[in-house]
Amino acid sequence: MMSPTRNDNLLARILRTPDSITRFSMSEWDTLVRQARAAGLLARLSHRLRQHDLSRQIPEAIRWHFEAADTLAAKQRTAVIWEIRQLRAALSDIDSPLIVLKGAAYVAAGLPAADGRLFNDIDILIPRQALQRAESSLMLAGWHATGLSEYDKRYYRRWMHEIPPLQHIDRDTIVDVHHAILPDTARYHPDSSKLRSHAVPVEGLPGVYVLGAEDRILHSATHLFHDGELPHGLRDLTDLDLLLRDAAQSEGFWNRLIARADELQLSRPLFYALRYAHHILETPVPEAVLVSLDANAPNRMTLALMDRIFSRVLAPAHASCEDRYTPAARFAAFVRAHWLRMPAHLLIPHLFHKAFISPYLNSPPKAA
Amino acid sequence: MKLLQLPPEELNRQLAGAGVWMRTGPFSLKIQSRIPSVAQGLAELYGQFEVRSMREAFADFHVSVNPPSGLRGWLKPQATFSFDGSQPFKPLPRDQAFPMLEWGLNWCVSTQAHQFLIIHAAVVEKNGLAAILPAPPGSGKSTLTAGLAVSGWRLLSDELTLISRKTGLIHPLPRPVSLKNASIDVIRQFSPDSFINRASHDTIKGTVAHMRPPRESVRRQHETASPGWVLFPRWVPGAPTRLKPRSKAQTFMFLAQNAFNYSHLGADGFRVGTNLIDQVSCYDFEYSDLHEAIAAFDELASAAPNA
Repeated sequence: MMSPTRNDNLLARILRTPDSITRFSMSEWDTLVRQARAAGLLARLSHRLRQHDLSRQIPEAIRWHFEAADTLAAKQRTAVIWEIRQLRAALSDIDSPLIVLKGAAYVAAGLPAADGRLFNDIDILIPRQALQRAESSLMLAGWHATGLSEYDKRYYRRWMHEIPPLQHIDRDTIVDVHHAILPDTARYHPDSSKLRSHAVPVEGLPGVYVLGAEDRILHSATHLFHDGELPHGLRDLTDLDLLLRDAAQSEGFWNRLIARADELQLSRPLFYALRYAHHILETPVPEAVLVSLDANAPNRMTLALMDRIFSRVLAPAHASCEDRYTPAARFAAFVRAHWLRMPAHLLIPHLFHKAFISPYLNSPPKAA
Repeated sequence: MKLLQLPPEELNRQLAGAGVWMRTGPFSLKIQSRIPSVAQGLAELYGQFEVRSMREAFADFHVSVNPPSGLRGWLKPQATFSFDGSQPFKPLPRDQAFPMLEWGLNWCVSTQAHQFLIIHAAVVEKNGLAAILPAPPGSGKSTLTAGLAVSGWRLLSDELTLISRKTGLIHPLPRPVSLKNASIDVIRQFSPDSFINRASHDTIKGTVAHMRPPRESVRRQHETASPGWVLFPRWVPGAPTRLKPRSKAQTFMFLAQNAFNYSHLGADGFRVGTNLIDQVSCYDFEYSDLHEAIAAFDELASAAPNA
């Protein structure tokens, strides 16, 4: 069922069956490196090829791209741990555990999903009542809200489940402070205190916690299928793939995952996550799990449409993976995500602002 | 095949179509542009570089410089640099399309090529030893580099010193030398035979033009060099030519701060950097007269142990 674009998605093909690089032409290598760079997956691809003892199959002239990505990933991994310590120190007066989310959590917990992961920011979860104190403590330690328009700042504070991203004044690192994993206005809002009660302490980082194994997966799924802009959709899907493969080694995992999704009202995003991880990356999911989640599937027409949308938005953001429907699919994913996040009387003015006002206020930096 | 062997209409056709494949130092490029001044800049300055058929399959960097899409381009002609579909910079006036390509290529190397420690410095070579010239803008670095490059020193790069993490050797990237403001006329007078292209005015760096890299530098663009000296040039009007030894520790700190990717390399950046510092002599170099400055460099080179 998946997709006219799947054939052109060399990157997903290599992630599924790394061995096929041994038959690659130089022009396929060219496309693969470009797709992987655009998807933020060059270092992860490099790690995957190393795991399969295929690094020596990379043509000599191309190898540096992979080594450079490895260098960056290794540096970011060290930097993330260091940054988590700084955050912990800055937030020492907050008497609730510091929970790190997503990529930073995978690194802290030493999960396979940390391998070859590149970062844009560090995400943390703080109880809503501690938010104000946390923000002023972070400011004292050098993190400030920057680079957003006044409209975006107001939008974050009024409607979102996180405050505007904070950037460190010296190190430029960005921290996203969440008080929940979905906005208050969303169709579903999983109870954050339930997530916190299952948090697990991180060995070697006193006072730092990560979400429980099932919750990490549910959060990743929720993020992927509720976020309007997915520049790293495929990267996030590979996170899910690695999280699932790792967690599935523990006895009774799948039953716990399904029960937890039900408890947190997150069965629908879990359904999508397993569907697309399985289709695009061949993540092993027991048949019985897929069947039991079928009750959470949308109707057949909607699902057919969703397949067409997500086969495109979960492809690398590169010209070689695009067809004439890609822009429409991206737009549809954006609208859908916002539709799920806020009711129409908030959504329509917001989209109007994003479409017609923001483009004239924000643009990238000047060449130097 | 060299770029100058391509008939102009064929160059224009490839450039406006699928792009021209070209090799500069360790990197292969695919450059695409519909803007005539970009084609002209390439024809004038990159003639000695190797090009291959459009079907050449792999390129390290796929770049383009084109008019931006949308209405704005009609009102005020502009150019946008694109790295494989992403635009890291704001559009610039169309008149600056060629310098924008040069800046964009520097950006590609400095943000990706982490197999090197990349220092923001010019670098020239004589007798196998490289002189690294790190300096802030306005210090006369590019004038001195251009002067040396036409006076028997081999141009390795005017902006990016690429130090291999594996060997500690410096890899050349002898692209055109960027000249700013007064230095354009200084070099025109100093070396009337050298080709300098049409200047672009009112860029963020002032008036900018590019000098064609000497043929010999391009021919030897795959020949590495050992680090010999780090010299901090400073042009001071009327000053005598003066070479003053400088602390290695201070020099190391300066290089680390002026490297594009020192912090990316972690402990390896420190290893490569200290290894470099151990091999070089460090100087502050003041000059006002370009002939005298070059004579002082020649003297350094002939005094070196392996000269």
